[in-house]
Amino acid sequence: MASSFAKVMSSRTTGLIMASLGAGAVATGYLMSDNATVSADQRRKLYPPSADFPDLRKHNNCMASALTPAIYAKLRDKITPNNWTLDQCIQTGVDNPGHPFIKTVGMVAGDEESYEVFAEIFDPVIKDRHNGYDPKTMKHPTDLDASKIHSGVFDEHYVLSSRVRTGRSIRGLSLPPACSRSERREVERVTVQALAGLKGDLSGRYYSLTEMTEEEQQRLIDDHFLFDKPVSPLLTCAFMARDWPDARGIWHNNEKTFLIWINEEDHTRVISMEKGGNMKRVFERFCRGLKQVEHLIQERGWEFMWNERLGYILTCPSNLGTGLRAGVHVRLPKLSKDARFGKILENLRLQKRGTGGVDTAAVGDTFDISNLDRLGKSEVELVQLVVDGVNYLIECEKRLEKGQDIKIPAPIQQSRK
Amino acid sequence: MPFGNSHNTLKMKFSSEQEFPDLSKHNNHMAKVLTPALYEKLRSKQTPSGFTLDDVIQTGVDNPGHPFIMTVGCVAGDEETYEVFKELLDPVIQDRHGGYKPTDKHKTDLNPSNLKGGDDLDANYVLSSRVRTGRSVRGFCLPPHCSRGERRAVEKLSVEALGALTGDLKGKYYALKNMTEAEQQQLIDDHFLFDKPVSPLLLASGMARDWPDARGIWHNDNKTFLVWVNEEDHLRVISMQKGGNMKEVFNRFCTGLTKIEELFKNKGHAFMWNEHLGYVLTCPSNLGTGLRAGVHVKLPNLSKYRQFEEILKRLRLQKRGTGGVDTAAVGGVFDISNADRLGFSEVELVQMVVDGVKLLVEMEKRLEKGQAIEDLMPAQK
Repeated sequence: MASSFAKVMSSRTTGLIMASLGAGAVATGYLMSDNATVSADQRRKLYPPSADFPDLRKHNNCMASALTPAIYAKLRDKITPNNWTLDQCIQTGVDNPGHPFIKTVGMVAGDEESYEVFAEIFDPVIKDRHNGYDPKTMKHPTDLDASKIHSGVFDEHYVLSSRVRTGRSIRGLSLPPACSRSERREVERVTVQALAGLKGDLSGRYYSLTEMTEEEQQRLIDDHFLFDKPVSPLLTCAFMARDWPDARGIWHNNEKTFLIWINEEDHTRVISMEKGGNMKRVFERFCRGLKQVEHLIQERGWEFMWNERLGYILTCPSNLGTGLRAGVHVRLPKLSKDARFGKILENLRLQKRGTGGVDTAAVGDTFDISNLDRLGKSEVELVQLVVDGVNYLIECEKRLEKGQDIKIPAPIQQSRK
Repeated sequence: MPFGNSHNTLKMKFSSEQEFPDLSKHNNHMAKVLTPALYEKLRSKQTPSGFTLDDVIQTGVDNPGHPFIMTVGCVAGDEETYEVFKELLDPVIQDRHGGYKPTDKHKTDLNPSNLKGGDDLDANYVLSSRVRTGRSVRGFCLPPHCSRGERRAVEKLSVEALGALTGDLKGKYYALKNMTEAEQQQLIDDHFLFDKPVSPLLLASGMARDWPDARGIWHNDNKTFLVWVNEEDHLRVISMQKGGNMKEVFNRFCTGLTKIEELFKNKGHAFMWNEHLGYVLTCPSNLGTGLRAGVHVKLPNLSKYRQFEEILKRLRLQKRGTGGVDTAAVGGVFDISNADRLGFSEVELVQMVVDGVKLLVEMEKRLEKGQAIEDLMPAQK
């Protein structure tokens, strides 16, 4: 089954070169046949890379910082085995000059091989985004042994909920920016079939976006599970919303503590969550669920995209490595007003968001606090980092409640060798 | 979308059934025409520049339907699209353009002296008059498919050609990415500035890529002749002025277009045109003349008349709000224009608008005085 979708090295476009390209046809810049549009091959010759180089002078994203005319010239005419090009990788970064407060990544992968074929641009972007992680020389550790987590139960007076998410891609199928409709449907089929094999507390059900009833839709909205067609131009310009809502859906277990998104920004997004502060249990379920799903797809000849350079391969370079965001919704009324709050978070390698997720503001005194890093540290390391960090924040909050002083912790070492 | 022709070859590994889009909830011209059998027949084809069937239909797949308007649901990526995918596009064109057959021939008439009257629409009612069309430069891919290099080449050629216009057509080019704040504000105040498309109908076809690179606005010093470069088409050409002198607007339109065409030809480039489809543009809805001649006209009474829609239909006219397509009328002022684009010449369409608006204003005046208008009801044109 997997073989019918195996990657096949495409033959170059030799079969498509128009035989009629005469010797004199390419003389000056704009000389072309009176009666026809230039063929794809002629266009490559007529417009050298310098004619196509994007205008990035007003741009502020990782891609724009790294892309030079020389790199562009070298990579423009290359294609991955799935026929994905550099222009397609960078389109989102060309179309979106920059977020005012966040330095966005500005490029996406169309398939696993994008990271190899276009390594000359992806590597510096990865380095920029992941604090100096060098894919050429470093290895990324994967560790999904949840038993290693200690002190992973938070004071529920402060922590309202705990959540861990990541993504997984099915090897052999193109990623959301590039996939055809049948590839996307195959991702759905493979994943749904595997999830149907989950048992016990993980047993659950799939809700396809195209077939959902009104009631199901409302319930999923009330549970905060439903995802909708992306509106962010960062995503739509990367071609991820094509054919919506075909082959998109949500799976969740009956207990509503384990949730999978299919074919949104990645092939799959895996989320473990629950009310309260038992991060250890959330992570334990996360690891167990992931391992079981992996086993179930392997039984049918599939596997996840992973390598030791980059860890788990996902659409956006920002999610490479673990693709993991472990976080809590936590009340910090006093600490959040303290001038040192930002610095404390920074040193703990934590990030704050509003409770609506990325690009939202905090409501009241409740914050979404999660790990900043994704690549270069293992899952266990990152979750432990969040556990230790959140416990520290709660300590600070308690001290401030009692009128005691707090300290900015020493910064955590960033990348490992 | 800029997926290469080689990506299409890869998709052939999957069956047509596996790839066929789910159009069960769709209501656009493309969805009405595209059957699984037709999809299977056309999916292996591509134009020489690499535009594929999926590229043609992506916007129609992503946009199931507008609540009130039957959208087209497909676009061309180059001139050859209309040939290579004619089995899909001919029925779409026929459906959209009132039964226009694949064997029909379209007449082009840009001789303004053939227009009768049109210089005396009552300025108490007709606030402004405008004629627009589009032109594509042969040899280059269209906005859904063009590379940055091609788009810039179209801009360069256009700026050179427009730079050679003289007399009352002499003007200046404002590139979107180089505009100063003052220039931008002036263009907004003049209602000339176009912005990055927000309609998902346009975005889904890939037309907004690389915005605002190689996009710009040219207008003459008098601000009565305006050209948009690389928005939804290579060129959109607009002649406009306050008041009801549609004849003058159309004169300038024809003169300007003819001059521009000549200037392009001097540089070795023709406009895309053929005797079946007339002027070739990105959206099949704009084939033929690509012409929309319209007025902003005050019809507060007539617009409430129970047969307003029927009158417009018989006159082959269309109403819009004064913000253009997809806007509502404000204060009883409507944008009234020709509904047709293909199968009638430019002169014929402007004549319909001139004659039709004259009648509408007459009806409005009668209703103002409380008089009946049944005797003025037109026959179906």
